[in-house]
Amino acid sequence: MSLEVEDVTKIARLARLEIKSGDVEHYASELSGILDFVDRLNAADTSAVTPMAHPLEQVQRLREDEVTETNQRELFQSIAPEVEDGLYLVPKVIE
Amino acid sequence: MHNKTITELSAGLKAGDFSSEELTNSFLQRIEEHGETLNCFVTVSGKEALEAARVADGLIAKGEGGVLTGIPMAHKDIFCTKGFKTSCGSKMLDNFISPYDATVVSRLAAAGMVSLGKLNMDEFAMGSSNETSYYGAVKNPWDTNCVPGGSSGGSAAAVAARLVPIATGTDTGGSIRQPASFCGITGLKPTYGTVSRFGMIAFASSLDQAGPMTRSAEDAALVLQAMAGFDPNDSTSLENSVPDYSAELNKELTGLKIGLPKEFFEEGLDNEVAKAVEAAVEEYRKLGAEVKEISLPNMDLSVPAYYVVAPAECSANLSRFDGVRYGYRCENPENLEDLYSRSRGEGFGAEVKRRIMIGAYALSAGYYDAYYLKAQQVRKLISEDFKKAFEEVDLIMGPTAPSTAFGIGEKTDDPLSMYLSDIFTIGVNLAGIPAMSIPAGFVKSKPVGLQLIGNYFSEGRLLNAAHRYQQVTEWHKGVPAEFE
Repeated sequence: MSLEVEDVTKIARLARLEIKSGDVEHYASELSGILDFVDRLNAADTSAVTPMAHPLEQVQRLREDEVTETNQRELFQSIAPEVEDGLYLVPKVIE
Repeated sequence: MHNKTITELSAGLKAGDFSSEELTNSFLQRIEEHGETLNCFVTVSGKEALEAARVADGLIAKGEGGVLTGIPMAHKDIFCTKGFKTSCGSKMLDNFISPYDATVVSRLAAAGMVSLGKLNMDEFAMGSSNETSYYGAVKNPWDTNCVPGGSSGGSAAAVAARLVPIATGTDTGGSIRQPASFCGITGLKPTYGTVSRFGMIAFASSLDQAGPMTRSAEDAALVLQAMAGFDPNDSTSLENSVPDYSAELNKELTGLKIGLPKEFFEEGLDNEVAKAVEAAVEEYRKLGAEVKEISLPNMDLSVPAYYVVAPAECSANLSRFDGVRYGYRCENPENLEDLYSRSRGEGFGAEVKRRIMIGAYALSAGYYDAYYLKAQQVRKLISEDFKKAFEEVDLIMGPTAPSTAFGIGEKTDDPLSMYLSDIFTIGVNLAGIPAMSIPAGFVKSKPVGLQLIGNYFSEGRLLNAAHRYQQVTEWHKGVPAEFE
């Protein structure tokens, strides 16, 4: 599987990951190498194999829908890049 | 003092030969002396450590506390520690002060252990050499031109150089065992779900598992005892009761059936490493074990399967780092999208970016079946191979890594050759079974690790086999010359 420059640009956009334009080609070649390697999986016949969901076949544990944590907004927001009046600030989204 | 086992240190504390404060000071001094050379610590918290040591001394004076009370240790910087920086080896979290403790951190603190600080690691645990850390490469105490392995490289180097008696580590594809092998220490990756993942920064949630990195199996049993157990805060934590891991340490190995997978000894394995491993297996024969060849036919698919599953899960897990709530934020974002993509682009290093992109690609529309589903099917095949093997044998043994520690910079330009240094460890994570690495000799003055792999919940048996070997060999007692 070989990735083109446009593919890398698209994937980076999907992952919200800025890649400097000068690095895109390098990533395209590295990622293609990794995907070529991963393609070895196609050698395995898995037509009758159920994909593994959990190593010990366990199902997701659920808990009662009860409040178990106290509000710690101030503590959590004390490490945020930018807050005001208890709100996280981001650049304007709606004009 | 720095060469004593936990049991010896604990006896010394109880007998009043030294206090925890003295013990803590002596290790802090060693960190002061050697920490910078090895670059193994990200944060040293001396003041808080001494406070914790005095609390431990108070308990010991009253005849309270357990075997771990007052014993110094350090955490891999992947475990959240309340009020302290928890960087995960990344610029993204360089300014992150955790508002809570990981369960592993609170459990070891409750057991009375004294944390001396946080240890360097590959960025977000993605790496096999500790060279992807934002804080720079950690050096191997046996040869400072070589890597300590990764991702728990800081933990392995610190324990090997006797800067801490024990450290915590995490293992997603070999990140406890491979550095344990490279640094000549004992490392244990437990059965998936044994140790809580709460507060342990997630890389690949279906593979991540924490464990102890120590100088002996006996110490590993004591530390695992305190780390393990059900935690309602981790949805994949097992509800099983925790066995006494030290109970069977001394059990005879007569009749123990050991399987050597032929795939572990084929091309790619260093000849001298193979010889050291064969000599270790011979030692087990002398201890009464029966050895036979087995096969894990899908072994060669474990690294490719891992490089779909782990990146896919990492791309989802690392989407939480958005520059909004905590962590790194870029300067002057133009709009929200620019804020996300520049914060992430500037905050993550190259290896993390590679894996996020591989994962995002494998999970993107039209590719899910071809990659993620296929990899999870192959994962099932690998897990079935182990299942079949454990119908025939009690434990599987082989090399932990195909070579001894390689040179710093030797593999950084070739991600694939770096990935292949985990070829013998990754299958274990895909299956979710426990495994250990223990020192089994030296090649050109660098340590060789013997890997012991067991069936689900066989930690007691693994520790027993490792301990008996350490009773008749001296490899685990070796100290790198500069750090004696």
